[in-house]
Formats: sequence, structure tokens, C-alpha cells
Amino acid sequence: MSQTATPGSGGQAVLREAEHHFDYTGRKLGMWLFLFTELLLFGGLFIAYAIYRHVNFADFHVAAKDLDLVLGTINTVILLTSSLTMALSITAMQKGNRKLAVWLVVLTVLCGLAFLIIKYFEWTAKISHGIYPASPELMKLPPGEVRFFGLYYAMTGLHGLHVLIGMVLLIVMAVVIARKPFRVHSFRLDDADETMAGARPAIVDGDGKPLWKGGIIDENVEQVSVVVRLKPGPQTIHPSDYVSLENAGLYWHLVDIIWIFLFPLFYLIT
Amino acid sequence: MEHGHSEKGGHIVSYGTFIGVWLALLMLTALTVAVSGVDLRRLSVLTALAVACIKTSLVLGIFMHLKYEDRIFKVMFLVVVVTLAIFIGLTFTDTTLAR
Repeated sequence: MSQTATPGSGGQAVLREAEHHFDYTGRKLGMWLFLFTELLLFGGLFIAYAIYRHVNFADFHVAAKDLDLVLGTINTVILLTSSLTMALSITAMQKGNRKLAVWLVVLTVLCGLAFLIIKYFEWTAKISHGIYPASPELMKLPPGEVRFFGLYYAMTGLHGLHVLIGMVLLIVMAVVIARKPFRVHSFRLDDADETMAGARPAIVDGDGKPLWKGGIIDENVEQVSVVVRLKPGPQTIHPSDYVSLENAGLYWHLVDIIWIFLFPLFYLIT
Repeated sequence: MEHGHSEKGGHIVSYGTFIGVWLALLMLTALTVAVSGVDLRRLSVLTALAVACIKTSLVLGIFMHLKYEDRIFKVMFLVVVVTLAIFIGLTFTDTTLAR
């Protein structure tokens, strides 16, 4: 990024900031491409599920009865709600309401935490009944049920890992948004020494009426620059202020979508 | 600003739209849990998957802003769905035909 100052008429310097290269669509396209690889990763597991279920139809029905439908449903509601708060936080940020956006992201993370805590209780309940991969208890069951629980642990485990990664991403984003107070633009006037000696910097409105006047620029002044500090707000919000939050949100929604499929396939096939 | 385009940035979806989508998602969840108690044989997994697909399209389209994105995003998504469908289809020709 470079700034240029070209002398204008009447000794005034015209400030022009060079085009700041910010590719909004490109940043989001990159995230979507990554999400597609995630879809294919889980897609492979869903194919494995479909085949094993096809082969062990009856066993899958019996095994699914062991899962807690109430906890599964509560977790579904929690994840859907977390997706809502995530989506709302982006609208809040787009409208320049930074504080609300941060709180909504925090709420999203808390929903993720609640999901993982419930998942923890579900898993420990199963494990205390001796049902965990390759356990002696599990091995006594028909092979179809062994496959069901193998897939259950693999798929909900990988999904839980994604929830955890999403939470870390969102915590980072909350900190970034909360701590990013200003967008700073700095304009340096390169030829200040020749054209501006004896001049007085001023801020003028549209009609040329001065709003603020500074001191005289004398020979001792070696450099004149203008620093603009913009706080993201309703008027000054820029896509670069929220595109990272949007991308983190896309990841979070993907995790929600995967759960939307895991829930009926494991809990509702009794 | 309800449905305006911010400069070079993303489309702004109103708070109300998101809350409406969330309510629809909750109702669909209630529906799919209620239907799971009814014995529809092989049809029950199809209804569960159909509801899951409707929920997914709501999340993708509105929550993930896909509805408001450039066409390239939608085309790419379609490519992924078709790829997955081909994989699933080919795998199933193996299990159902090769018996």
C-alpha cells in the first residue's frame, strides 16, 4: 500500500490513498473451497455408514436404541441455536455494532461448550456400560452393532473435534474484534518541505470552511503526515472488518450441518 | 439497510430473517423426532433424510449467505454435491448388484 500526495491548485495538497487491495470474494471463496474438502471427508464416512447400515439393517436398529434420544435432541437444539447467534453476530458486525457482535460470538462459543459437555456425559455413560471401541463387552454383541458403535464413535468423535476447533477459532475472532479498535490510515506528504513552508494545516468542510486549524509549518518541520483513525461503527464499517468473522462463521455452520445429518442417522433409526 | 449491499462487502440479512429461519429449524427438528416414533419401515429413514436436507438448505442458504453469494459459489457447491452423489451411487451399485 502506498500513499501519494499530489500538489493541487492554490498550493493545497490533494491526498489520495492508493487502492488498498482487499479481495472480499476471494477470501470467502478460499474458505468455501476448504469447506468442500471437509464435506468430502465426512461424505466418505457417511458412505461407510450407508453401506454398513445396508448390510446390517436390523442390528443398526437395535444398537440405535441404546443412544439417548433426549440428549441427542437437546444437542441438536443447542447447535441450531449456536448457528443463529453466529449468523446474528455477522449482521451485528455488518451494521457496525461491534459490542453486540462480540457478545453473540461469546454466546456461540458457550453453546459449543454446552454441546461438548453433553457429548462428554453421553460418551462416559456408554463407556461405563462397557461400550467403547474394541471393548470385551462390545465384542460380545452381533457384528452389526459393533460396526454401529464403531461408526458412532468415529463420526461423533470427528465432529466433536470440529466443534472444538470451531470454538477455538471463534474465541480468537472474539478477541480480534474486541481488540481491533481502529483502522489507521496514514498519509505522508512527501513534498511538504518545498510547497508547505509557512503554511498552516487545516481541516475544511465541503464548502472550504475551516473546521480546525493547526500551527504554522516552518523550516524546522521535516515531515507532514495525516493519520486517520477510524473506529468500526455504523458509518465506517468495512468488509475487511468482518470477513474473517464470516469465514469462522462458515466453518461453524458447516459443523452444524454435519450434526443435522448425524442426529437422524444415529438417534432416529430405532 | 435491511437488504442492502454494503460497498464491495456482503449482503446484510436482517435479524428477523435469521430468527425466523431458526424457528423453522426448531420446528423441523421437532417434526423429525415426532415422526421417528412412527413405524414407516424403510420410508422412515427417507423422511428423516428429507427433513435433514431441508434444514441443511436453510442453514446453507440463509445462515451461510449462500443465497446471496455470486453464482460461482453455487456452482462450486453443486459440483461437490454431484461428486458425492456419484460416489454414493457407484458404491451402492457394488453392494446391491454384486450379491
